[in-house]
Amino acid sequence: MSFNIKDIRADFPILSQKINGKPLVYFDNGATSQKPQVVIDAISKYYQEINANIHRGVHTLSQLATDAYEASRNKIKNHINAKFAHEVIFTSGTTHGINLVANGFASLLKPGDEVLVSALEHHSNIVPWQMLCERTGATLKVIPMNENGELILSEFDKLLSEKTKIVTVNHISNALGTINPIKYMIDKAHQVGAAILIDGAQAVSHLKPNVQELDCDFYAFSGHKMFAPTGTGILYGKEAWLNKLPPYQGGGEMIKEVTFEKTTYADLPHKFEAGTPNIADGIVLGTAVDYINSIGIENIQEQEKELLEYGTQRLLEIEGLRIFGTAAAKTSVISFNIEGIHPYDIGTIIDKLGIAVRTGHHCAQPIMNFYNIPGTIRASFAFYNTKEEIDVMVEAVKKAKLMLS
Amino acid sequence: MNIKEIQDEIVDEFSMFDDWMQRYEYIIELGKNLPLIKEEFKTENNLIKGCQSKVWLKGDQNNDTIVFTADSDAILTKGIIAILIRTFSNQKATDILNADMDFIDEIGLKEHLSPTRANGLVSMIKNIKMYALAFDSKN
Repeated sequence: MSFNIKDIRADFPILSQKINGKPLVYFDNGATSQKPQVVIDAISKYYQEINANIHRGVHTLSQLATDAYEASRNKIKNHINAKFAHEVIFTSGTTHGINLVANGFASLLKPGDEVLVSALEHHSNIVPWQMLCERTGATLKVIPMNENGELILSEFDKLLSEKTKIVTVNHISNALGTINPIKYMIDKAHQVGAAILIDGAQAVSHLKPNVQELDCDFYAFSGHKMFAPTGTGILYGKEAWLNKLPPYQGGGEMIKEVTFEKTTYADLPHKFEAGTPNIADGIVLGTAVDYINSIGIENIQEQEKELLEYGTQRLLEIEGLRIFGTAAAKTSVISFNIEGIHPYDIGTIIDKLGIAVRTGHHCAQPIMNFYNIPGTIRASFAFYNTKEEIDVMVEAVKKAKLMLS
Repeated sequence: MNIKEIQDEIVDEFSMFDDWMQRYEYIIELGKNLPLIKEEFKTENNLIKGCQSKVWLKGDQNNDTIVFTADSDAILTKGIIAILIRTFSNQKATDILNADMDFIDEIGLKEHLSPTRANGLVSMIKNIKMYALAFDSKN
């Protein structure tokens, strides 16, 4: 398919809205992506035509809903190249997936064991591990970063030992856009016998993770950042690991047999899917995957690369502007500040000009502490954004700077 | 002037502006005249939680009124807290507690009143009222 930006923008009805009387410029894709019409339509189609509870009823509707839900699981399995569909667990989002694994590791860790997290993590990939360490007496160690926002791999190598039980790192940093060398880290972690979890929340809208090729043990991501509804997510786990971990929540669906004396658990993936899931949105996550593949991940990357290069060059024209996160490998995220001006002030003014960016610490306070700043302004681009929108943002930032200096 | 009179005066000043830009420029101006909290009082205790920018606020008793000083690292936040201090400083605790905040809406800052808004205007008002409550129960 050839890439026609006009057609693509027409797929996303929200993009034609006006905000504060100005055409919306949506550069907060790192927080959540917009949804194409096919996704929006699929939600109402589900409720209009096949809504029923799954994996339970013998009636036709229940069967239709179950088939659609499992078809979606299969699409995701193919998309990330998992070996089995039962390695694909539906969750409510990345946070849920990470907590599921961290919680499961409580039964595997003992005092003296070590958990490695990276300095580039979102709070949701720090706090569950801190909680795990508090519960088990294990120690949390941090893989440091350099001034460019890249992990220092020589330090990572030094931190790894037979004490390391699990390593957790994001595929792409939400605050800076750094693409981490996860293949290297996965192989290194395995050399000392540690498991490794990849937080793919920021990655799945920009690339197609190939979990078998990566050989990661866990890969967690959210649907809402990849054009699907909120409240959806996936935890991929290798079969052996998922069998090893205890269930996270008890309830219906996850059992084989229940008596008051003892309950036996269902097989994968149901063991981790207690209760009625978010059926509609889980099905629609499959629609979003189809949508991404209809555009083509190469086309998406090409457009985003252009936006990143153009945005970087245009923003750097502004005197006193500093970009945080200058890694050699980075995705279409530009985190910046203007000398002497608080990011909150800029964000507030440019919002009035119709531009949606994120300001603040981006749920990554350790990164902000590293740079000794209160926060940044983050523009995160998706393939439906344009250079013209970047021009509008640059003018808005200039105007804000003028007002605020 | 009592609180209501000051609020009316502020509403009057803001009514001169036609658009948001002029309003925001005025807020920035007001921030420059903020009665600043002394450096030594910029402590964790006086820091208002729930703001994207840092805001320090301190209230001191002066006879039967409370005098507020504050500071922030963001200019717009400084302006907003300046508006609040102009309204509530040198007022009696009971009057502060009984004051309504409708004027925020009238000067076009209603969007900042939403509790989910990260600038913490709601927290600032709460902290001012907490000072008033503390002084009120002491006297």
